[in-house]
Amino acid sequence: MAVLTAPRRAPGRLRRKAGDNLLAYAFMAAGILCFAFFSWYPLVKGIILSFQQDNFVIPPYWVGLANYRALFDDPLFWTAWKNTVYFTGLALAFGFALPFVIAVLLNEFRHLTGSFRVLVYLPVMLPPVVSVLLWRYFYDPGQGLFNAILGGLNLPTSQWVQGSSTAMISLVLVSTWANMGGATLMYLAALQGIPGDLYEAAELDGATVWQRLRHVTIPQMRFIMLVLLLLQIIATMQVFIEPFLLTGTSSPDTVTVMVLVYRYAFTVNNDFGLAAAMSVLLFIVLGAFSALYLRLTREPR
Amino acid sequence: MTLTAPPQQVATEVVAVTETKRRRWSTPGGQRTLISAVDLNRHRVAYVATVTVTMLIFAAAFLYPMYWMVTSAFKTPVEFAQPTPTIVPETWHPENYSTAWTNMRIGKFFLNTVYYAVGGWLIQLAVDVAVAYALSKLRPVFGKVILGAMLASLMLPAAALLVPAYLTVADLPIFGWNLLNTPWALWLPAAANAFNVYVLKRFFDQIPDDLLDAAAIDGAGRLRVLRSIVLPLSRPVLGVVSIFAIIGIWKDFLWPLLVLQNPETQTLSVALSRLANTSQVPQTEFMAGLVIASVPMILIFLIFQRSIIGGLSAGSMKG
Repeated sequence: MAVLTAPRRAPGRLRRKAGDNLLAYAFMAAGILCFAFFSWYPLVKGIILSFQQDNFVIPPYWVGLANYRALFDDPLFWTAWKNTVYFTGLALAFGFALPFVIAVLLNEFRHLTGSFRVLVYLPVMLPPVVSVLLWRYFYDPGQGLFNAILGGLNLPTSQWVQGSSTAMISLVLVSTWANMGGATLMYLAALQGIPGDLYEAAELDGATVWQRLRHVTIPQMRFIMLVLLLLQIIATMQVFIEPFLLTGTSSPDTVTVMVLVYRYAFTVNNDFGLAAAMSVLLFIVLGAFSALYLRLTREPR
Repeated sequence: MTLTAPPQQVATEVVAVTETKRRRWSTPGGQRTLISAVDLNRHRVAYVATVTVTMLIFAAAFLYPMYWMVTSAFKTPVEFAQPTPTIVPETWHPENYSTAWTNMRIGKFFLNTVYYAVGGWLIQLAVDVAVAYALSKLRPVFGKVILGAMLASLMLPAAALLVPAYLTVADLPIFGWNLLNTPWALWLPAAANAFNVYVLKRFFDQIPDDLLDAAAIDGAGRLRVLRSIVLPLSRPVLGVVSIFAIIGIWKDFLWPLLVLQNPETQTLSVALSRLANTSQVPQTEFMAGLVIASVPMILIFLIFQRSIIGGLSAGSMKG
């Protein structure tokens, strides 16, 4: 029947198709403009800017690779990368294993399951500024909660964020506390997707709990672990709030890539070109991780 | 009229899907996990001890800091500064909260943030639903290219766009507008949310075309179809997108810090970070400010727990 009616309907269909297209673009106009102005254009502008001198006062002019050369000559540039990698490494050491362990544990619980989930996710709901400023009070070497507890237990107290060797670890602790809920819940969801038969079969074959964890749980979770690892690397390499609020933008112990971008562009002398060059470098590094992440998640497993 | 039967059928299917998910969530014990129910039963004491100890650790790690924050705001500055913290305030000073609200102008910043969050949510929803509907159901030429270009923006880390995006907002090309210190500086970039477009489009894709064609034959236009069929069926996904949009704007810091430098226009987070570095504010009142900034998020979490946790799980499962 469709074959019979198709030719007669053709002009109407064509008109409808044209109308649909017109309507579709009318629908998408606002969205396309938003993406164009705040996503696509800034990407191009950022790259162009990194080859220009721009301080918002005089019109920008081309300087070639001068911004990149200035970056490489700035000792803070190397410090910032070193600190960022150090932060990411520490954040993964705490923040990658911990949610997994907690999720495996919680998945065995038959009671209070809802409460555990709510509790672990509670800090994620706090605005990051609140968590970080709250921890600033905990870290206070004079009257902070942590030193009060350590002192009460007769343990040595710490300078926390104010000590040059403990500063970064302190930042990682807040960050882990504030963010691990998300990863934990994602692991939990993935754990519930593991077919129970696998455990059953392994047990019948005489596998112990550890062997089941090692040979059933972890292989089944490999995909989600890899995805979360990439997401965590991408997120932690952009760390900003913790150093910004806890140690300020000038402390060389905790200056990170984003803190340095902020310093170049918004505190010292509005050197937007230099900040853009730094952003481009960060983009190249993170872009590799993002590309890998998108490939992984878009391919049907 | 003939329209009512099929959509309801789909709607019940959607409900059914969420129902089974919910049942799975509330009784994970129904499913075999690492340790069998028999083993757990045999080591009942160890199990109860583990649950109890874990709960105590969780309460200390996640609940106590919030308790500390809320109660500290009730203390006098003198009690707050004691080297050994008191667990329960010796005297209660609820007026710290009202003083913070008026003197620190937390009220003003709170309302600013509410305004940004609600406006940003509505704009995000309107813009992203329109894009997703057009891409999913109207299927325009170059639709795939546009979707690809939007999804490509997911690869751009927010940090990498910070400086050029700031300069764009300060002097919008073509229009020449300066959006700094206006709500648009938050709203418009937030609307360019590829994740929303992706999630919405995927949901719309599942709505059968036959349903929309039936409506079209009955004389419903494209807009009418969107309003009367697509949107009502998409309530679950619209809910999740809405919640995450509001949470996102409320928690955002770095971007509002840059584009809202005029104190009158600042969000609560930005204002708190600014006040944290001035010594004039009594610490107990500042603590009250932190609590006020958190309350809406905690309330949203407690009310929409299921959607939030479900949304996270769905996010981890995609692909």
